[in-house]
Amino acid sequence: MSTPEAKSNPGAHALRIVIVGHVDHGKSTLVGRLLHDTGSLPDGKFEQIQVVCRRRGMPFEWAFLLDALQAERDQNITIDVSQIWFRSATRSYVIIDAPGHKEFLKNMVTGAADADAALLLIAANEGVQEQSKRHAYLLSMLGVSQVIVLINKMDLVDYSESVYLRIEADYREFLAKLGIQPLRFIPIAARDGMNLTEPLNDVAKWYSGPTLLRALDELTPPDPEAEGPLRFAVQDVYRFDERRIVAGRIESGTIRVGDDIVFSPNNKTSSVASIERWNAPVRDSASAGESIGIMLTEQIFVERGHIGSLDTQTPIETNRFRARIFWMGTRPLSTGRRYTVKLLTQEVECQLVSVDRVIDATSLDTVSGLRLSVARNEVAEVTIQSRSSLVMDNHDKVAASGRFVIVDDQNVAGGGIIFGGHYVNRGRVRSTNIFWSEGTIDHQTRVERNGHRGMVVWLTGLPGSGKSTLARALETNLFNRHMQAYVLDGDNIRHGLNSNLGFSAEDRVENIRRVAEVAKLMADSGLIVITSFISPYRLDRARAREVILSADVEFIEAYVAAPLHVCEQRDPKKLYKRARAGEIKNFTGIDDPYEVPENPEITIHTDRESVKECLERLLDFLIPRLQLDVAEYEI
Amino acid sequence: MEFSNTHLDALENQSIYILREAYRKFKRLAMLWSVGKDSSVMLWLLRKAFFGHVPIPCVHVDTSYKLPEMIAFRDRLAKEWGINLIVGQNRAVLDRGETFPNGRITRVECCSFLKRDALQAIIEEKDYEAVIVGIRRDEEGTRAKERYFSPRDKNFEWNFKDQPPELWDQFKTDFDPGTHIRVHPLLHWTEVNVWEYIDRENIPVVDLYFSKHGMRYRSLGCAPCTKPVQSRARTVPEIIAELRNTKTGERSTRAQDQEAEDAFERLRASGYM
Ligand SMILES: Nc1nc2c(ncn2[C@@H]2O[C@H](COP(=O)(O)OP(=O)(O)OP(=O)(O)O)[C@@H](O)[C@H]2O)c(=O)[nH]1
Ligand SMILES: [Mg+2]
Repeated sequence: MSTPEAKSNPGAHALRIVIVGHVDHGKSTLVGRLLHDTGSLPDGKFEQIQVVCRRRGMPFEWAFLLDALQAERDQNITIDVSQIWFRSATRSYVIIDAPGHKEFLKNMVTGAADADAALLLIAANEGVQEQSKRHAYLLSMLGVSQVIVLINKMDLVDYSESVYLRIEADYREFLAKLGIQPLRFIPIAARDGMNLTEPLNDVAKWYSGPTLLRALDELTPPDPEAEGPLRFAVQDVYRFDERRIVAGRIESGTIRVGDDIVFSPNNKTSSVASIERWNAPVRDSASAGESIGIMLTEQIFVERGHIGSLDTQTPIETNRFRARIFWMGTRPLSTGRRYTVKLLTQEVECQLVSVDRVIDATSLDTVSGLRLSVARNEVAEVTIQSRSSLVMDNHDKVAASGRFVIVDDQNVAGGGIIFGGHYVNRGRVRSTNIFWSEGTIDHQTRVERNGHRGMVVWLTGLPGSGKSTLARALETNLFNRHMQAYVLDGDNIRHGLNSNLGFSAEDRVENIRRVAEVAKLMADSGLIVITSFISPYRLDRARAREVILSADVEFIEAYVAAPLHVCEQRDPKKLYKRARAGEIKNFTGIDDPYEVPENPEITIHTDRESVKECLERLLDFLIPRLQLDVAEYEI
Repeated sequence: MEFSNTHLDALENQSIYILREAYRKFKRLAMLWSVGKDSSVMLWLLRKAFFGHVPIPCVHVDTSYKLPEMIAFRDRLAKEWGINLIVGQNRAVLDRGETFPNGRITRVECCSFLKRDALQAIIEEKDYEAVIVGIRRDEEGTRAKERYFSPRDKNFEWNFKDQPPELWDQFKTDFDPGTHIRVHPLLHWTEVNVWEYIDRENIPVVDLYFSKHGMRYRSLGCAPCTKPVQSRARTVPEIIAELRNTKTGERSTRAQDQEAEDAFERLRASGYM
């Protein structure tokens, strides 16, 4: 903004400023007064509010310019965020007035998530309060890094420098712990329009900094992330005419005609034939923020939720990740419930694996004690497992693909940012470094030695569905790939560890429990454990899943499916025959139920495909999940 | 002087994103076409989003009091752009003559019958899951608090005291049967932005917006409740120049908003646009 033309350019991007802080500290008043003092109110608006206040028998209330709802005016409180426009001599602003009451935190988040910068308001007579801190914490999570602190209602403390300095010191210390470096602290009295557009002068000679308006004009507009790694989020694939257009938005980086694009999670590659726009100048590139369409040179399978990247800078692909989250739902976020994670255009069912740390947003201390849930308005670090692979980035690498929301029963109830994920360079072959360890041998150490992850592949299905055949074929195949795999089945478990168990309902439960515990130990030691048990009950399988997940090992429920009549026809051990004859009681499929998995990680239909095909399908699914993040790289 | 207009690109990109989300998420989706400037921009953005196509029906709620120029313009555009036009009307009320000013009802009641009720009827009849509406936050106080994806309940009502959070462009797209979602792709635009975009893209709008005999319409509603303003602006750039300097509210020419402090809030809470 150097030339005078640029200065008055009304076409420049409007800077988005959110106003946050504790309830009643004067946020709406500030915005109302600022609009008035900069001449931004439409004619008659001021008079209209005068009439309203007179009718209500109250002194003029600036906040009413924003608090448009009757419920807000009746209680003198902001319920929901307003967005309003105003122009200084230098540029345009969108002012987002957020509510301060704890009850409306989700509305505050809605406003702040959209902002380029924030004004944190603190009333001088009350000092730093609970929401002053919680809001600051949320700003740091939402990625709003430009912050100005306003100490308001200075009139109530007679413009006392010492009060001002004390609050500044208090708050600076807290913000520093969050990594927030406020650009400025500014004393104001919003209601009286002090230090908004005109300097304080005589009332506070000790203050020599700028007015609020000057400070606003010093803020810098956001950098478009055109330089980052390419992330193209596919929204849809259109065929309105002869063209097949992959439509989506560039979330980061730049895409160019001719680029080879890897679409994750299935990692098919094709190059960009053209970039499609309607009624716009033709350009053969597009950068962060642009909603475009592309045509590909090959007709590979691409669908909504796929993320396009360049093969030198691929994102993380995983079904388990760690995140820092905030929860706004009325019902707590808890293990055992199913949620949906929405990340860019991906939507995947997920579960909370563990609550690793709950943080008191006002003291920044860890809340003590083991927790299985996160309550409303809490922030926490958690581990999440999704049903299928999610494509993502660490938030500090690529913000747009490093954040997600959690949907609980139709409602967006939480948001989070991802950290600690590992990048794998798909292009590079695994190095054959010899691994030498002198410290304690933990799971990760073992995994690195083996060159693959530990895992439990839990095959479940009717007797005769093909579990054992598949288990052995899988074991052999993995073995030949130099991977450590081991099958647990009736032969090696029933006759030894579980030889004291029969087939009563109780014994069956105990059987599965022991299998799960053994599988957990073996997988923790770095093995790929393939279990081959009918395991007919959902509850038992769910328990097994929990046991395995507790060791931080991936659990793959693989449903080996074949219709009953097919299994009965196969009858390899002639057990169906005996059950039909009444010689065996409680036989699964005949006089005991098999509960079909509702949401297995993978289903294999052994009646539709050959053993070889089934095995390949299973391997396609497992191998990427077993591979190790050896060649970590920085992006 | 040449102005850069990267801000229009940003506004456009965001609206396209929203339209594509809506189109993907809702099978039974329609756009509400009021035939005003915002609707013209919205139709244009639909064509931007869908590469020249308008793949959803456009519903015009005809109060029968719309200015005749608007109807002519609507029919011409529908034909030229291949739009599937659906016209909704509250015939019963019109037949009974229960309209403002001759039916002895207030302006707000009239709006409620002719627009809100007619809209509700057509949404129910067509079983729309979502309708796209071209409101903007800068128009008035309750719209300033709107979401991009804003649910309406079984009774058509807006629960503005408990709106869904909306962050990082993740919207509420799941809802119970019988309820529907209003999609607001122009929420983040201002009145000036709309005209700047009309100018840049050369989008057709009704002639009524341009000055004749020193008067022009700034906002188009029904004839009895919308008055033209004094203006010499006869071209889009002149309108832009005028708006950059005016301090008069856009809806100040809409008489129904002025009836009571909360007239418009009540109308909107009950399901008005
Ligand atoms: N004395 C004094 N009072 C002020 C000042 N600024 C605001 N107030 C008063 O503080 C009260 C609360 O102001 P609001 O603007 O509604 O506060 P808010 O922060 O928007 O409140 P919520 O949005 O509900 O969190 C009002 O009665 C204001 O008149 C000030 O500078 N001095
Ligand atoms: Mg307020």
